Amino acid sequence: MNMLSLGAGFALSVAAYLIGAFASLACWRKPALARRICCSAALAGAALGGLTSVLGILRGTQVTWSVPSGIPLFAYSFSYDALAGFFNLALVIPVAAVSIYSFGYLKEFEGKRNVGVFGFLFHLLLLSLTIVFTAANAFLFLIAWEVMALAAYGLVTFYHEDGETRRAGLLYIIMAHIDAGCLLLGFALLIHASGSAEFASFRPIATQLSNGQQTAAFVLFFLGFGIKAGVIPFHIWLPAAHPVAPSNISALLSGIVIKTGVYGMTRIFLDSLGGVPSWAGLLVLIVGVVSAVLGVLYALMEHDLKRLLAYHSIENIGIILMGLGAALIFRVAGHPTLAAVALVAAMFHTLNHAIFKCLLFLGAGSVLHSTGTRNMEEMGGLICPMPVTAFCFLIGAVAISGLPPLNGFVSEWLTYQSLLAGFGAISGLTRILFPLAGSMLALTGALAAACFVKAFAITFLALPRAAKSRDAHEAPRTMLIGMGWLTLACAALGLGATWFLPVFDAMTEQLLGQRVATHLVTGHGLVLSAGMPTSGTVSTAVIAVGLLVLMLAAVPVVAIGVRRFGRKRGPVWDCGLPGLSEENEYTATAFSKALRMIFSVLYKPRREIQAVFDVSPYFPKEIRFESEIEPTFEKRLYAPLQEFIFRVSSRMRTIQAGSIHAYLAYIFVTLVLLLLFGVCK
Amino acid sequence: MTEVLTNSCLQLVLLLLVAPLFSGMTKTLKARLQTRRGPGVLQSYRDIFKLLHKGMVIPETASWIFSAAPYMVFATAVLVGLMVPMTTSHAPLSLFGGVLAVVYLLALGRFFLALGGLDTGSSFGGLGSSREMTISAIAEPAMMLAIFTVALGANSTNLSEMAKIAVTQSWRFLAPSQMLAFAALFIVLIAETGRIPVDNPATHLELTMIHEAMVLEYSGPYLALLEWGASIKQLVLMTLLVNTFFPFGLSSDWTAQTVGLGLVFYLGKLLLLACLVVLIETTNAKLRLFRVPELLMVAFILGALALISTFLF
Repeated sequence: MNMLSLGAGFALSVAAYLIGAFASLACWRKPALARRICCSAALAGAALGGLTSVLGILRGTQVTWSVPSGIPLFAYSFSYDALAGFFNLALVIPVAAVSIYSFGYLKEFEGKRNVGVFGFLFHLLLLSLTIVFTAANAFLFLIAWEVMALAAYGLVTFYHEDGETRRAGLLYIIMAHIDAGCLLLGFALLIHASGSAEFASFRPIATQLSNGQQTAAFVLFFLGFGIKAGVIPFHIWLPAAHPVAPSNISALLSGIVIKTGVYGMTRIFLDSLGGVPSWAGLLVLIVGVVSAVLGVLYALMEHDLKRLLAYHSIENIGIILMGLGAALIFRVAGHPTLAAVALVAAMFHTLNHAIFKCLLFLGAGSVLHSTGTRNMEEMGGLICPMPVTAFCFLIGAVAISGLPPLNGFVSEWLTYQSLLAGFGAISGLTRILFPLAGSMLALTGALAAACFVKAFAITFLALPRAAKSRDAHEAPRTMLIGMGWLTLACAALGLGATWFLPVFDAMTEQLLGQRVATHLVTGHGLVLSAGMPTSGTVSTAVIAVGLLVLMLAAVPVVAIGVRRFGRKRGPVWDCGLPGLSEENEYTATAFSKALRMIFSVLYKPRREIQAVFDVSPYFPKEIRFESEIEPTFEKRLYAPLQEFIFRVSSRMRTIQAGSIHAYLAYIFVTLVLLLLFGVCK
Repeated sequence: MTEVLTNSCLQLVLLLLVAPLFSGMTKTLKARLQTRRGPGVLQSYRDIFKLLHKGMVIPETASWIFSAAPYMVFATAVLVGLMVPMTTSHAPLSLFGGVLAVVYLLALGRFFLALGGLDTGSSFGGLGSSREMTISAIAEPAMMLAIFTVALGANSTNLSEMAKIAVTQSWRFLAPSQMLAFAALFIVLIAETGRIPVDNPATHLELTMIHEAMVLEYSGPYLALLEWGASIKQLVLMTLLVNTFFPFGLSSDWTAQTVGLGLVFYLGKLLLLACLVVLIETTNAKLRLFRVPELLMVAFILGALALISTFLF
């Protein structure tokens, strides 16, 4: 019964996406209809998918379906286990929000762009994501992976008239194919060893792999999934591609598409390979630390709102990898309970990031929708015309900065606790890395808070800096509902974290043989504990209530003076000058100036000031200011690589002389070599 | 149950009432060291009382964020205060938040204060917010490393647990790791509470302001809440420092005698720490803003050394 309903729910949600794809394509001549079909089909698919994943998680055991295809090694095998169920849950929560949001958002496409094609690609993306999370056959997985990359490419380049967009799309598609290539090789290695492409067949042979094979498999899968997740140094496509897409798509790309990398690592490293050597876990941890710190440092320098958010995705992937790396290390070291806590931290952060990053991108989308610019230096004061968007964005900003009592805090707290536990559990000098990683997580959190103070304040507070922001208007109601749903999810997962934790039980049992939720909750279900009797405890619910009570208690204290003298509105202190204008406001560039100076080793900032004056340099007529930071990875790593590839290819060109005789000779030589190879074997 | 309630009430009263006393005391002590008469010890109470009985002016450009910030700063400071053991080794809310919650709740207050500073549209506010967020961001890793050193020794991030362990080995502070961690945390304390050489609480010169620049547009009761909150935050951080490293006199049971003794010890330890802060404040000049990261880097390295020396000793 349960298996039947699970299968039915899964099939129905896939069918909803398929119908959505083709129905919206069929109605491309009627944009309003196509928009409604696209959004309602996505919403229906998400609802069904959500129901299925809740069922799958509650059930806990694996359900598999397999239909042979007649092609060797390839079968339509799906496996709906706890891990797949969890990632599907992380998929449907943002998808539900995005589909409601898109009812309003896509209206501006009508008459200008092809809503039908958009709907087709959008549903194709959702369909491929669902299949990536449930595929149990390597080739089915790779096909879904490729469809996902292509659909995402189509959506990233949806505003293709813009050169920047096309360049970003090209970069994205190249990187997506490098990662697909790595995965293909990795799977080829496993298939060669096991003789089958089913994921289930990899598990028994994982222990028989030689050291070299194990290393090669780890490196290939880490590269493949790492590029997709956008870890540093493979991140360069992410801040280019995510901002140029339509905002509802940016939300999905940053919220869930990059998480397929995290899913892949968890699936292959923990499930199929059953653990990786401890150096590999350490590598994951270190890459996570580097991605987190550098991601947020680059985010701080951005004044393009969507690029800033894209860099924060790199940061958060880093935080997730810290938890995942710790889990991999603990697993090898023989601490399954600790590994389970670390895995819960990583997976919880995956879900949380999917929610608040989606929320922030949708908020940025509303701002873009209303002001027509992504440049924060032209925004300001939007909290007055757009109060609901501002509130939702604020909640997202608090959550992503890891501040209590919202959901980001809970998962970061669990990450801290598992890192601290690592110090006691691991022997040798490497254990010093755990608290150091913890301190870098603290740096990341504090810098993220600084960055979101900047993002929120420069966008929404004070006075508008340009005409575009002066006549901004609130987003349509459906867009607000989409954001409101995610805002609620942020609060619910934060305050109700202890009630949500049992969701992870089935997954940790499947991957690590441990159920930890009961250890993680004490104090009548109100208090989150780190699993060990003496380690830390925290309760977001009590913190929230405490804050509320104390704030309410402060109200009558403030009222003492206000009752007698009232509160007046007055001009801002202007040092006696004739009034302040928006030109005197702090800008995003100015806000991050101090950090730019402090981390100048990394940024290598360059600035140029040209002043035009008549009489005295103290009274300039006109000032031109230019400031930029060096894109280190692009310049030091990718530019030389690109140059090298071009150089090699131009050398290769000499063998293409254009003469048919030469080509015939090549074919002949190749044939002889192949024959010789065949004979020798 | 009654014990918990009395403990909470006592701690709440201590927090709200003793915090201004210590900010007043540091001012008086500083003045005396500089051979000035200075304001009386009770001046901070008078300031808060007077501000609470005034009206306020809110900038025309400000939104509700500006008004929310003082409440947030005040509430986070008091809530954090209830998580830190003061006179007994059991803090009222220690079950609901350990040292990580303390650090992150203070960050929540700072987040809103920085937004409040930027909300006015005045350049001063932006300047203060930018500097505050920058300095706190670089102070954070040093703070965490030092705290981790203590937490790993106690096997818990729960402050009451940490205090209980500390009470049983009250001479532990002589261990190199503890001394290094104390030094690191002391530097962070100076940075977080905005004292010389990082920030000058007495200044109103725009080029040197950090905290004062953020609160420049606040007046009346809001300013009172902010000042009160700031003094509570300072008290909490000082308490954290004295009670985790020097747990002398922390009462572990609940009799009038031990609690009274605990109170006396607690106030004495705080006074000593305040003297140290004042001494440093008088004998040092304020650092240039871009020299502050070097100081905090020193704190970070001290924290790292503290961690490494746990291996050795």
